[in-house]
Amino acid sequence: MSERDLRGYWKKNLKYLGILLSIWFIVSYGFGILLAPALNEIRMGGFKLGFWFAQQGSIYVFVILIFVYVYLMNRLDREFGVSEEDA
Amino acid sequence: MDVQSWTYLLVGVTFALYIGIAIWSKAASTSEFYVAEGNVNPLTNGMATAADWMSAASFLSMAGLISFMGYDGTVYLMGWTGGYVLLALLLAPYLRKFGKFTVPDFIGDRYYSQIARTVAVICALIVSFTYVAGQMRGVGLVFSKFLEVDIFWGVIIGMGIVFFYAVLGGMKGITYTQVAQYCVLIFAFMVPAFFISLQLTGNLIPQIGFGSTVNDGSGVYLLDKLDQLHTELGFAEYTSGTKSMQDVFFITVALMVGTAGLPHVIVRFFTVPKVKDARISVGYALIFIAILYTTAPAIAVFSRTNLIETVSEQPYTEMPGWFETWEETALLAWVDKNEDGLINYAPGAAIVGAPDLVKEGGEIQRGEFGEPLFSNAPTENTNELYVDRDIMVLANPEIAQLPNWVAALVAAGGLAAALSTAAGLLLVISTAVSHDLIKKQFNPDISDKAELRYARISAAVAVVVAGYFGINPPGFVGEVVAIAFGLAAASFFPAIILGIFYKKMNREGAVAGMVSGLLFTLTYIVFFKILFPEYNSPEYWWFGISPEGIGTLGMLLNLVVSVFVGMIFPEPPEEVQEMVESIRHPK
Repeated sequence: MSERDLRGYWKKNLKYLGILLSIWFIVSYGFGILLAPALNEIRMGGFKLGFWFAQQGSIYVFVILIFVYVYLMNRLDREFGVSEEDA
Repeated sequence: MDVQSWTYLLVGVTFALYIGIAIWSKAASTSEFYVAEGNVNPLTNGMATAADWMSAASFLSMAGLISFMGYDGTVYLMGWTGGYVLLALLLAPYLRKFGKFTVPDFIGDRYYSQIARTVAVICALIVSFTYVAGQMRGVGLVFSKFLEVDIFWGVIIGMGIVFFYAVLGGMKGITYTQVAQYCVLIFAFMVPAFFISLQLTGNLIPQIGFGSTVNDGSGVYLLDKLDQLHTELGFAEYTSGTKSMQDVFFITVALMVGTAGLPHVIVRFFTVPKVKDARISVGYALIFIAILYTTAPAIAVFSRTNLIETVSEQPYTEMPGWFETWEETALLAWVDKNEDGLINYAPGAAIVGAPDLVKEGGEIQRGEFGEPLFSNAPTENTNELYVDRDIMVLANPEIAQLPNWVAALVAAGGLAAALSTAAGLLLVISTAVSHDLIKKQFNPDISDKAELRYARISAAVAVVVAGYFGINPPGFVGEVVAIAFGLAAASFFPAIILGIFYKKMNREGAVAGMVSGLLFTLTYIVFFKILFPEYNSPEYWWFGISPEGIGTLGMLLNLVVSVFVGMIFPEPPEEVQEMVESIRHPK
């Protein structure tokens, strides 16, 4: 793979990381901690929303984020021909 | 069959299983011993990682802690799961591509420096030893409570089992026993949770149950009821907590980053065949972990409600049998301050220090209502009840009147959780000695067979040392978790991240960063936790950050020092920069 391709691959990788980690931060530290008192005014069944994000929702989002990342990276690997299957 | 016979049966069967796996998976080379030949299926590795990660603390203590902390328990729930996102996105795939055996391997090669390698070895040893001592203690406690075996012998038996499969099988043996241990521990954790959720809310799934209405026809939501009970008794609302927002923030960061920097977790991702497998494997691991971590807050709410409803303002003489059982082990204590025979439960400590039973000639002395007496001085407040956090999970089956085999299952699960984590840590210790010190520093020409022998010997020595600390715990055993996570966050995490994402990072910057992060964090924790515990309160903390959360500042300090010192010194050599390029893509 050429140096230019590699740079393109790395740039896209960093873009994905930026987006996914922003969601990671907003959901856990945002909804679960900093905005929790405000979100607690909203209810979802028996849960106050801020409390739910802190003790349940954030963990589900973490799992989803990793699987989205796996999907995006596998696609990116194929696009740039760096996947291990192409070896 | 009574609880004890069931416990002997279940613990015996699971131990036989672990030994069987160890014999089947004996390691023959260092590659098998260190990383199971890099040949582990990603799903298998995910399950093994979950067992590796979830320790005696996750299994036995966490739900109980949360039930007393309410919303503040969030720091553990998010802190010990969110790190896996960092691990998947920032560490695991690149370290897998690097393709060596240990974390100090990466640090040493990336920063082309034996000093960097040695600093990393020291960090790995401190983190792993502090952590493993707690696991051995957990093994001893389960034995002593459920099987009435002395803690000493409990630890010896636990050591024997770990010794067998860790020393014989190395990573290969550990991986497959951890899979079995995961199955045991998750089954043991979930069964009581299903039962209790059904009893209390009519909903089988605990994650949904604790947001449902109480199963008594009143139509009141369980969490609202608990908030109300808390307010009536003078506690802060369960769903709001008492810690300051910045402290919750900092502790959560420290635990997340620490999780991603723990060497025994990182090395698990060296065992899968491909980069692609490393990525998905972290995802599987987090699913397996999330099953327990989303159930724990539900158990916390159930057991908190059950506890308050059972004891508060009730006559002591009408307490169920489990109450006295736990009093006799000094994990529960009642002092009738106003002499009304009722249990008055309120905020604050009921007595000074940990309960100490009054005994004469081996007989427990009792008061007016038949309650065991304690020598501790009562405190000024109105609270009459001391409850040890750890009994919430252990006593859950009894409090909810579940069948005897469920209580025995909890004992087997606690042992599985403690042993699986201990084994993973012992492996890090043994590879740090045999590979990073002996092979990489003192004797590079050593044969594979001799290195394997050293790995076995160091694993054996580490088991004995860990056992010693399990039997004679240092006075600050509860604090070691803060130390382990704080150090991992302040030392490894920034050095690895910079090594991957900042190609120009050089050895001088990395070493200066690791050393300053490590010293800063260690000093702060030792100052408040060990030397001057009397000053350990928010008014003396820096920026309101407790010692549990200081690893976050240590990590930032490490980053800043690394970058600034790095700018003064020359760039890393060409071949190191090429290596960094090569780990950034899978091919």
